Amino acid sequence: MAKPKVAIFDFACCEGCQLQIVNLEEEILDLLGVADVVEWREAMSEKCDAYDIAIVEGSITRLEDEERVKLIRSRAKVLIALGACATIGGINKLKNNFDDMDEVKKCVYGRAAHRSHLRTMPTKAVDEVVQVDYYVHGCPIDRKEFTYIVRCLLMGKTPEVPEYPVCVECKAKGNPCLWEYDQVCLGPIIRAGCGARCPSSGFRCFGCRGYVDDPNVEAAKDVIDRYSLDIDDLRTKMVLFGSQQEPTTYE
Amino acid sequence: MSSTVNVNVHHVTRVEGHGNIVLNATDGKIEKLEWQVPEAPRFFEAMVRGRSYEDIQTIVSRICGICSITHSLASTKAVENAMGIEVSEQADKIRILMHYSEQLQSHILHVGYLAAPDFFGVPSVVPLVAKAGDAVKTIIGLHRLANEWSDLIAGRTTHPVTLRPGGLTKIPTESQLRELQERLKKCVPDLKAVAEVLLSVAEHIPSFDRETEYVALRQDDPPTYTFYHGDITSTDYDGTVPVNDWKTVANEYVNDQSTAKWTKWHRGSYAVGALARFNNNAELLSPMARDVAKMFGLKKGCCNPYMNTIAQVVECVHVVENSIGLIDQLLTAGLKEETVRVSPKAGKASGCVEAPRGILFHEYEFDRKGHCVGADICIPTNQNHASIQDDFEKLVPEILDEGEDQVRRKLEMLVRSYDPCISCSTHMLDVTFVR
Repeated sequence: MAKPKVAIFDFACCEGCQLQIVNLEEEILDLLGVADVVEWREAMSEKCDAYDIAIVEGSITRLEDEERVKLIRSRAKVLIALGACATIGGINKLKNNFDDMDEVKKCVYGRAAHRSHLRTMPTKAVDEVVQVDYYVHGCPIDRKEFTYIVRCLLMGKTPEVPEYPVCVECKAKGNPCLWEYDQVCLGPIIRAGCGARCPSSGFRCFGCRGYVDDPNVEAAKDVIDRYSLDIDDLRTKMVLFGSQQEPTTYE
Repeated sequence: MSSTVNVNVHHVTRVEGHGNIVLNATDGKIEKLEWQVPEAPRFFEAMVRGRSYEDIQTIVSRICGICSITHSLASTKAVENAMGIEVSEQADKIRILMHYSEQLQSHILHVGYLAAPDFFGVPSVVPLVAKAGDAVKTIIGLHRLANEWSDLIAGRTTHPVTLRPGGLTKIPTESQLRELQERLKKCVPDLKAVAEVLLSVAEHIPSFDRETEYVALRQDDPPTYTFYHGDITSTDYDGTVPVNDWKTVANEYVNDQSTAKWTKWHRGSYAVGALARFNNNAELLSPMARDVAKMFGLKKGCCNPYMNTIAQVVECVHVVENSIGLIDQLLTAGLKEETVRVSPKAGKASGCVEAPRGILFHEYEFDRKGHCVGADICIPTNQNHASIQDDFEKLVPEILDEGEDQVRRKLEMLVRSYDPCISCSTHMLDVTFVR
């Protein structure tokens, strides 16, 4: 069997998820043994329009980028969304909370905001524009999960991505609950798979892997009540990575 | 010889983000020569508006995957300055150790993976595995060490999760620090080996000079080759400017060539980065770092932008040597668990640190509840855009006779030598030869 051709593309993002691929260090050499990387602008000068697997990092924030991701989709047999900007829109969706994109532009560019090359539109996750076959969640992605998903894909298996919240992994590690330390942690509603990395460092979960499929809203409300907090305390944390991601309202 | 040269590099490769190079020259006359930045703007200054002071770092870390620790530190310092929050000496030292890990990671990435292929005449690091396999393995080993060092101190390789206004959420144990110190001592010969390999191909570094203003942090008390503390200085200026007054240094303006803003101080442009730090502070480098500079004949006052990559190698040695000492200081004092309690208040201030690719400014204003009401961020790559353009304008007439391929190669290499981080500056980099 010929080695599948892989191309890596980036849109609006910090390119930190591509960096995690580089951070596989020696393991990259193994990956290169089973797949041909034909285009990867950040790391290589070669370019190629024929590929089987497209790995797409970043959010879609301009019309020309919508066109570009559609073209990539039309060329690829399989499309992988890499990291929070691609899977859920991530931090880039914070700007969607402004009613007016002109206001957003003025925040950064002031009186020059009208210039045509500074155009922007509300942020979209990749699957709001084209079909996505595989999701690698997180900001940044977890290197081990990335290789696991790629391995499943190459072997024709369906990867298992956790459908339980971060609290499960956090409890299994025996961490003290951060709510006890006055931190508003999103562990109860966010998809696990990260090994509760942030709470294990004493830092609240801020939701970079997106909501778990069926979040237990009642349980989250109980937590809020138990710690005598306002629903707004939770909401302000939920917008960081979860802006306008369903479900966004807690009634 | 008629020199008609058209270069159109759309999205320069092996750089972080998107940038273009456009050059049209007919019969030796340059009609168009532009460094363009078409990166999709991301509007971070809008994203932080209304957010709590304790979430600012989480948001702005995402400006850049390669220098996320630097953005996190600059923003955390700005929050602390705005609210008058003190940081303990221990936390300060651990933060510097965290920052050093990123300098090593980013410099090794740039020197080994992005710039080195140019010196060997190959399109990427992949063919280098066959050409210089041992060197590639050494580079990978150093990169791994830098990342595991970040993992230990910052909680993760990219986008740190141990920083908080006032201190840290978690500190390493003494035995972890001791283990790190051992590994750092063992990597010194590897760094020297990388320097030797680069020296063997150093003839491929183009000779080119342009008198340039170099801007960097300077720390006098105690005198330090600083990445973290200090005030702003430049090779055109004897004194220092307080960090809060950085706007009088950067003088940002919007340019139609770019979605990123440009800057100027005493001249039409200035440069930041490893070479800028070296040109301002070289006498404060560690002994081994000074030896490496000597190997390459790198001296204070060097105005060859291509040498920035070499200055990065020098800094790799410096941060490793300095970290070994810093860990000694931490262990001698003994690590203490610290509880941090801060309460928000209204204020406005800046935070400044040196990113691997140059000086970085963050400014925030908060209301009394600690909600962000305004932000301004000025990134090193933005500060280099005008300098890249000025370099182009001096370089191209000097090399126009060398043919299109060579002109294109030297322009791409020049852009790469600045180690631009265009995601940071918005996201950009493409070289286009218009026909």
